[in-house]
Amino acid sequence: MALSFEGLLVALSGRPVLHDVTAALRPGRVTTILGPNGAGKSTLVRAAVALVTPQAGSVRLDDRDVAALDPRERARAIGYLPQDATVHWNVPVAEIVALGRAARRSPFAGPSPADLDAVTLAMEATHVTALADRPIHELSGGERARVLLARVLAGAPRWLLADEPLASLDPAHQIDLLDRLREIAAKGMGVVIVLHDLLQAGRVADDVLLLRDGRLLAFGAAADVLTPERLEAAYDIAVSVGGDAQGRPLCVPLGRR
Amino acid sequence: MKLRLLLLAVLVVLAFGLSLIAGKFWIPLSAWFSPDPRWAIILELRLPRAILGLAIGAVLGLSGAVLQGYLRNPLADPAVVGVSSSAALGAVAAIVGGLGASQGVVFACAMAVACGSMALLVALTWRAASAVQFILAGTVLASLSGALTAFLISIAPNPYAVAEVIDWLMGALTDRGMDDLKLALPFMAAGAVLLLFTGRALDALTLGEDAARTMGVRLGRLQALVVLGTGFAIGASVAVTGVVGFVGLVVPHLLRPIFGHRPSALLLPSALGGAALVLIADSLCRMAPGAGEVRLGVAMALIGAPFFLALLLKERGASWR
Repeated sequence: MALSFEGLLVALSGRPVLHDVTAALRPGRVTTILGPNGAGKSTLVRAAVALVTPQAGSVRLDDRDVAALDPRERARAIGYLPQDATVHWNVPVAEIVALGRAARRSPFAGPSPADLDAVTLAMEATHVTALADRPIHELSGGERARVLLARVLAGAPRWLLADEPLASLDPAHQIDLLDRLREIAAKGMGVVIVLHDLLQAGRVADDVLLLRDGRLLAFGAAADVLTPERLEAAYDIAVSVGGDAQGRPLCVPLGRR
Repeated sequence: MKLRLLLLAVLVVLAFGLSLIAGKFWIPLSAWFSPDPRWAIILELRLPRAILGLAIGAVLGLSGAVLQGYLRNPLADPAVVGVSSSAALGAVAAIVGGLGASQGVVFACAMAVACGSMALLVALTWRAASAVQFILAGTVLASLSGALTAFLISIAPNPYAVAEVIDWLMGALTDRGMDDLKLALPFMAAGAVLLLFTGRALDALTLGEDAARTMGVRLGRLQALVVLGTGFAIGASVAVTGVVGFVGLVVPHLLRPIFGHRPSALLLPSALGGAALVLIADSLCRMAPGAGEVRLGVAMALIGAPFFLALLLKERGASWR
């Protein structure tokens, strides 16, 4: 199931935020969306889950316009992990994860065996099984981030879109979460992550979509996009790009240009 | 969880029984199982009153739980939507207009103003479908209705009308009969059914509006269910009893430690808890010493206000935002 942006133009309160963005994302890979503040990264992801309406162009899931899909059908296909990690009620972890099944359950029915299995699997994949009965407000930031990821995974979507999932995580938890996302992509899900951290982006990305001022600067395999020239054009900074032990690009910002 | 729900249901049955037995005039259980002239008191006075108390308590508790879930705020109750005060405005207008003698007319006026005000609320917030818009619009409607009610009282033609209005505004189950029941019950039942359909969507809102939308929740539809449900249920309850506050605020709170914080898990318990609370409070009102009765609305406010203050102190700086 391919997810693609076709000539996407989005304006928020009359101000254009995305101009003519066209890119076909591939499932089974981790695509990171990079760009400076205000480049339109979050808006791009929000357009993909129909939280903002494009003025022109569309986001397509195979051949269908995402905005025209039934909300429940869209929810089953695309899981969205918002940047805002607020959980309003102090609910046990297992119940939070079970919310991920919302679009697959009928109004008054209890959870089906498939629902329970999906919740169990999602909690195992994110290593939160031991937290199942803990109230969410008692968890640390890292634990909470994993629980919220498990919520999205429990819905078994074809695509997972995460908006800055690393915010407020320490380096160890950042690495853990990115490893989880890589594992998930390896199993065939399409994973799209908005990131700020170039180092982590290089670690995790198969593909990179680079934005600046709402325009697509580059889209392609990480090794092709994460070059000093392109990153300088996007961020106005000097970047040294090396290779880590696995041969993945290692981007180190050096200073402003 | 099932056991706790069952215990709560038993409490409601006991409270219902208490409401039939208790009063200025106690009717012992022995009288229930024999041909006894006191049956008339039970059947004609206390039974309708008990059924009405049960229904009103249930819809107040239920709508409180729904609104707290919808607005993700434990301090919300049906009053924030403005439905109680607009229903009251309709009833007061009928009484001041000299139509107070016919309960049907008072009821119809109260329901009409309540529904009109709910329609206005939906129109004002339809595009945004966000909790902040909703609470602002509801608060404005509530204060507008309050102001218009005060205005009507100030231009009332005679002191008797004023006394009648104030008596009515205080909220009571006194002297309510089968006719009131027949008027109000269908609306309350319809409203309650609408409100019960919100559970799954309220759960999703625990993660915020954006997350809920991407989980398949139609926020516009949810808002319409909330507004119509509270409009019918609370409008009808205010139209027959006047304003009974605090039940919707207090009951979900009391039950949250027992049934958990998940909004859908609180709906049915809050309905049962509200019914039990109103039935018990109304029985206590009848047992109060003196010639008259303490008004149910007053009794509720006396219980509810200190509770509300304690809640504010406890939750100051806590996790709800």
